[in-house]
Amino acid sequence: MNGTAATALPPRPPVSRRSESPSSRRSAVRRARIVVRGLNFFYGRRQVLFDNNLEIAENRVTAIIGPSGCGKSTHIRVYNRIYSLYRGQRAVGEVLLDGVNILSDKVDTAELRRRVGMIFQQPTPFPMSIFDNVAYGLRLHYRLPKSELEGRVEEALKAVGLWDEVRRHLAAPGTDLSGGQQQRLCIARALAVDPEVILMDEPTSAIDPIATARIEELVVSLKSRYTVVIVTHNMQQAARISDYTAFFHQGRIVEFDETARLFTAPREKRTEDYITGRFG
Amino acid sequence: MRPRSRAARKAADAAASALAFLAAAAGTAVLFWIMAEVFARGASVLGPAFFTRLPAPPGVGGGGLANAVLGTVIITLLATLMAVPPGVLAGVYLAEFAGNGRFASAVRFGVNMLMGVPSIIMGLFVWGTVVIATGGFSAWAGAVSLALIMLPVVARTAEDMLRLVPDSLRESVLAMGAPYWRAMLVIFLAARNGLVTGVLLAVARVGGETAPLLFTALNSPYWPTDLTKPTANLPVTIYNYAMSPYRDWQAMAWGASLVITAGVLALSLVSRFALKTGTERKAKR
Repeated sequence: MNGTAATALPPRPPVSRRSESPSSRRSAVRRARIVVRGLNFFYGRRQVLFDNNLEIAENRVTAIIGPSGCGKSTHIRVYNRIYSLYRGQRAVGEVLLDGVNILSDKVDTAELRRRVGMIFQQPTPFPMSIFDNVAYGLRLHYRLPKSELEGRVEEALKAVGLWDEVRRHLAAPGTDLSGGQQQRLCIARALAVDPEVILMDEPTSAIDPIATARIEELVVSLKSRYTVVIVTHNMQQAARISDYTAFFHQGRIVEFDETARLFTAPREKRTEDYITGRFG
Repeated sequence: MRPRSRAARKAADAAASALAFLAAAAGTAVLFWIMAEVFARGASVLGPAFFTRLPAPPGVGGGGLANAVLGTVIITLLATLMAVPPGVLAGVYLAEFAGNGRFASAVRFGVNMLMGVPSIIMGLFVWGTVVIATGGFSAWAGAVSLALIMLPVVARTAEDMLRLVPDSLRESVLAMGAPYWRAMLVIFLAARNGLVTGVLLAVARVGGETAPLLFTALNSPYWPTDLTKPTANLPVTIYNYAMSPYRDWQAMAWGASLVITAGVLALSLVSRFALKTGTERKAKR
């Protein structure tokens, strides 16, 4: 049990710009809101994303699927630069939002995050009232008279279908809501600041099936106004709600296509194996 | 292969359980014994006079320890005001910014060492610095010595409580485009019960400290009117009265002991309650 086990793992192949271009009909995306070019990502010295190229269509839902640890979440965490909270996490390449590389130091992260909202796996109501939760970003980014603030909070809560459920107890703590309601509250909070892109990192994996169905409906309704990117473990969910799907495996984008085509006629063996449940 | 005796194993198990139970019971019994003793001997002198009158000379009777109760409240309050802001900030540094680098480890080690410093040494230290420099015993010096004892307790609990706040909450505040300091306000809100608990426990920890006050605030038979003068307080009063040959002073010492014990107990209960409602909230989330 010694000797052989002690030898080092084989060195990783050189990765920079190893153009394993995902076999995608990239022209499929008509108007791209976000264009990712040659994105590599590192946790310290360990590389976890390899030469990602992707286009996120405006006013569409793009799903990102793939087995655990394939880099799905890491990928979208670049879009709002939330990864930069952590020392040692580093993104190299280009992520163009309306033609501007958001990885540039010149980009103001506060404004970037207003334009690119994010929803997390666990609902994260802030420890304050329902009203203050939704008003949080509004107060952060805008100076609004009280009446307009109230109007916008109401509008956001209506957009997520929560208004009728909470209108009578806007002063109650956000944490008193059920899990599904909390997640919709978080979506309302993100919508209130008038973003352009909504990132969702497995938004329904901590929520019961009925609440999940409501959130899926909501996601579909959001695309008339917003560009949505959703990471999901659940392939049926991706098939149900997305227009485009990217399949990630081991940090690479294996295949990207219109959802209907990717699920019915995948061109890559690995995609087919994954969506037919042969691994993952 | 002969199986080991099941009976022997069960007997050993029963014996070990019984021993553990006895040890736990003994520990708890000591606590109740102390409380019963303090209550039995101290309750009789506690009346309105105890909390409203100045001490009476030995043999006269009828006096109270109002000055010492008030002095203890003042000194503890001052110490809390001195220790909480830097303690909480140190906890914020350790939990949010320090990571696990060398400096952070050094700070954490230092905080732990500070917690282990005997309180009499804190008293001597403050005597050597504050008391000598300012030319005399004072409530201020007493507060400084208690603050030094509270500081590491507050820092450690603040760090622990801030670490309990899930990263996802931190990230979601920042993902709204909030600057870090504003995100911290939300984190504080989320951790508020724990932070309050930490402060209450630190107060309870110094509530009965005698040694540091002996060298700093000393004691006084008068009302605490001037914070730069020696100031009456319960622990040093207990120390003086209990050592005195007078029966009525000894009884007052028991009364003062009961006041401190009840106070510390009340603080502990309140802090437990605060923490409990806090975690219930979290569990619901």
